[in-house]
Amino acid sequence: MSETLPTARSKRQALGPYGRVGKVVDELDDRLGIAKGGRVFLDKIFPDHWSFMLGEIALYSFVVLIATGVFLALYFVPSTNQIIYHGSYKPLRGQPVSEAYASTVNISFGVRGGLLIRQMHHWSADIFVGSIVVHMARIFFTGAFRKPRELNWTIGTTMLILAVLEGFIGYSLPDDLISGTGLRIGYSIAESIPFVGSYLVSFLWGGTFPGNVIIGRFYLIHVFIIPLVIFGLLGAHLTLLVTQKHTQFKGEGRTEKNVVGSPMFPTFMAKTTGFMFMVAGMTALLGAFAQINPIWQFGSYDPSKISYAVQPDWYMGWLDGALRIMPSWEFAGWGHTVPLEVFLPAVIFPGLIFNICFAWPALERRWTGDNELHNLLDRPRDRPKRTAAGAAMLALLFTLFAASSTDVLANYFHISLNVVLWAFRVLTIVVPIIAGFVTYGICLEMQGVQGIGKRKRAVIVHRSAQGEYSTVTAAPRPGDGHEELEPEPVPVRIDIASLAGTEEGNGQSSPTGARQVTR
Amino acid sequence: MSDEHEPSRTKVPMPLATLSDPHLGDSATHPSRVEAIIALILLVGTVLMAGFGAAYWQNWNPVILGGTMGAGLFLLGFGLTAWGKYLMPQGPFVEERHPVASSPEARGAMAAALVERSAVVVKRRKMLGGIFALGSGIFGIVAIFPLLRSLGPVPGTSLEHTDWRKGTLLVDSNGRSVSRGTLVPGGIMTVFPEGKENTSYGQAIDQTVLVRVPGGNLTTAPGRETWAPAGYVAYSKVCTHLGCPVGLYEQQLELLVCPCHQSMFNVRNGAVPQFGPAPRPLPQLPLYFDTDGNLRAQAGYDQAVGPGFFERSTTKENGT
Ligand code: HEM
Ligand code: FES
Repeated sequence: MSETLPTARSKRQALGPYGRVGKVVDELDDRLGIAKGGRVFLDKIFPDHWSFMLGEIALYSFVVLIATGVFLALYFVPSTNQIIYHGSYKPLRGQPVSEAYASTVNISFGVRGGLLIRQMHHWSADIFVGSIVVHMARIFFTGAFRKPRELNWTIGTTMLILAVLEGFIGYSLPDDLISGTGLRIGYSIAESIPFVGSYLVSFLWGGTFPGNVIIGRFYLIHVFIIPLVIFGLLGAHLTLLVTQKHTQFKGEGRTEKNVVGSPMFPTFMAKTTGFMFMVAGMTALLGAFAQINPIWQFGSYDPSKISYAVQPDWYMGWLDGALRIMPSWEFAGWGHTVPLEVFLPAVIFPGLIFNICFAWPALERRWTGDNELHNLLDRPRDRPKRTAAGAAMLALLFTLFAASSTDVLANYFHISLNVVLWAFRVLTIVVPIIAGFVTYGICLEMQGVQGIGKRKRAVIVHRSAQGEYSTVTAAPRPGDGHEELEPEPVPVRIDIASLAGTEEGNGQSSPTGARQVTR
Repeated sequence: MSDEHEPSRTKVPMPLATLSDPHLGDSATHPSRVEAIIALILLVGTVLMAGFGAAYWQNWNPVILGGTMGAGLFLLGFGLTAWGKYLMPQGPFVEERHPVASSPEARGAMAAALVERSAVVVKRRKMLGGIFALGSGIFGIVAIFPLLRSLGPVPGTSLEHTDWRKGTLLVDSNGRSVSRGTLVPGGIMTVFPEGKENTSYGQAIDQTVLVRVPGGNLTTAPGRETWAPAGYVAYSKVCTHLGCPVGLYEQQLELLVCPCHQSMFNVRNGAVPQFGPAPRPLPQLPLYFDTDGNLRAQAGYDQAVGPGFFERSTTKENGT
């Protein structure tokens, strides 16, 4: 090194080998003791598998939801007071509308960037619930919920329920014709609960439907209570993830006692932050190009009007389908009415589904008698029964989802509604059973096939001088499977001197070329 | 940092993209080329972000706003991810998993503290604990009242009634009454009790669908001989399934159809459900023409309108 200004040099020396950053770490560590845990955190290893991104999509759409939601809350008026519309959307001028509705139209047309943010909020809500469901499926099919992670599974299921509720409540806020109809249906479902139903709705709605308090109450729940609870649960979810560490698939160098992958800092941090931007960017593109919930076309809620195409958000579809195919079995007797045609499909059924979710880790522990700690994931085919059960459940939910469009299907294919209805009643029972058995069979088949699911390797055919043929399989390439690469320990200290030599890479291998395996 | 605490880790430098990193083989051969591509992606993202600023400033339409912002965010994210994937160490690295569980001694100490201390303070002072549990239990129950009960009134019989009474005038949504010629045979309209047509309760609960079926006076069921003068027949518009307005009329088949789950009600036979999940007929409103020739209700509905609920009585009483 050449001579530098003495002052600068002495300053640098006074700061120690890590300069200003080192100084900040020192000062912080004096007060908070962050250095030890901080280093462990920066070294935290993230297994590389695409399916581990699903939870991140949920996480980052939650971030997008909060950001866009705060924007909307600045302009939304949670009130059902009737006013005459005078805003910038001409076709509605002079019509009586509720303040909630008028303010939502105003966000769409009067606030700069408002329509984009509204549509982003709605899209990210759909993506949020969707990614939670897919994330949950990956946890389920790989057995990541097993001991010690049952609590995180429970937290996750709770968040899913809250996310669905939050979505329904948010959908209700604009007080347009479609959301008002949805609220009416929600009211009637709550009303159907024996003993307490009519009290429950009377308290919640502050009297009989529609009343004038529900939008204000739902607003509070939507912008404050549920997000806060989800936020808390999310914190617990991620804290548990860090303390219990990630699961990983089986493979070379991967054991129950280690985690193999890339480190939190800088690799994972760069990838995941980039991924957050990508999720936000995709949401913005959807918000820009794909119209969603154009409430100005539906009109303000008038309980005596209805539009033909009443469609809830997708994650409500399975309940709508269950309501449609349920026979009309109302119980009436002893001076009481129990609307089983509502209570069973819309209260008992979802209750059952979510309780199965909550109970599954315990059920499986009981059935298999397996109370061991598990950090290595199952491949779905290695647990044919669990995989079949999951497939049957997904098939059931998907069939019910499809059943929510009986009328559309009947119109489209010109068949009678009755045929479609009965078809779905049969399918709802048959499809899950078939899906379960077929999945079970496929799992068993796959278990017998060597190397299935791995990228095919080239086979080199040799012909010897004697004319004899022999084949050799080409060497595996990185990424061919998880088995091929041997892991090395996370470096403890960055050796700045040795980095200087490899700065440009330029074909030189680093001094660490030799891999070390700690097992 | 000393190594004593992490015996599993050895001193090795964290390399940049190197040939030795099996995942980075290709990109480590030409890191400057990879860097240039990533720089280009990030640059385009940055330009788009500036474009978003300009679009916002100029108040361009939402497609341009969202297009610039979305593509900008996406490219910035994409560049950063690529940077992480192609120019940062991929390993694989390994980290030991330290068991979460504590030592057996620590477990024993925890259990001991719980058992032994509570033996002293709780078991020997059962009464104090009992009284405290009772007090807080009572608080828990009492607290439900302000939390839940104050939210709204007890339903009472509110779900059983509507605003329809003996002699109530039928009006449309603009307050106009209905006379013999208002509907042609086959016509349909929504009516409300006079004065309630603009209230949310009137629109939600009292709403009634009025159909004129061809063929003069109509008897929909025994005992309802006088209810539908001149073919004017009125049913509650609140679906008995989940309360959607039964808003569609299939004129040829004389069916009222609920758009929510396709329940169908036959207007000629007392709106008995023909199809769909609705469990009960729509309640029928008995009508008559007053001396001015306007339609009025002979009485209110003889039963609760809309979806079922637990207190809904199963016996019909006349006139509310
Ligand atoms: C609010 C929505 C949710 C968010 C934002 C979220 C976020 C995340 C993230 C970022 C991870 C780490 C990456 C990964 O393994 O994919 C994770 C792990 C996990 N999540 Fe979720 N999640 C949510 C809902 C759920 C649900 C519904 C379940 C299951 C019922 C669940 C169960 C788990 C479990 C057991 C882990 C640990 C898995 C492992 O270590 O391999 N989560 N979550
Ligand atoms: S609400 Fe009318 S059929 Fe469901």
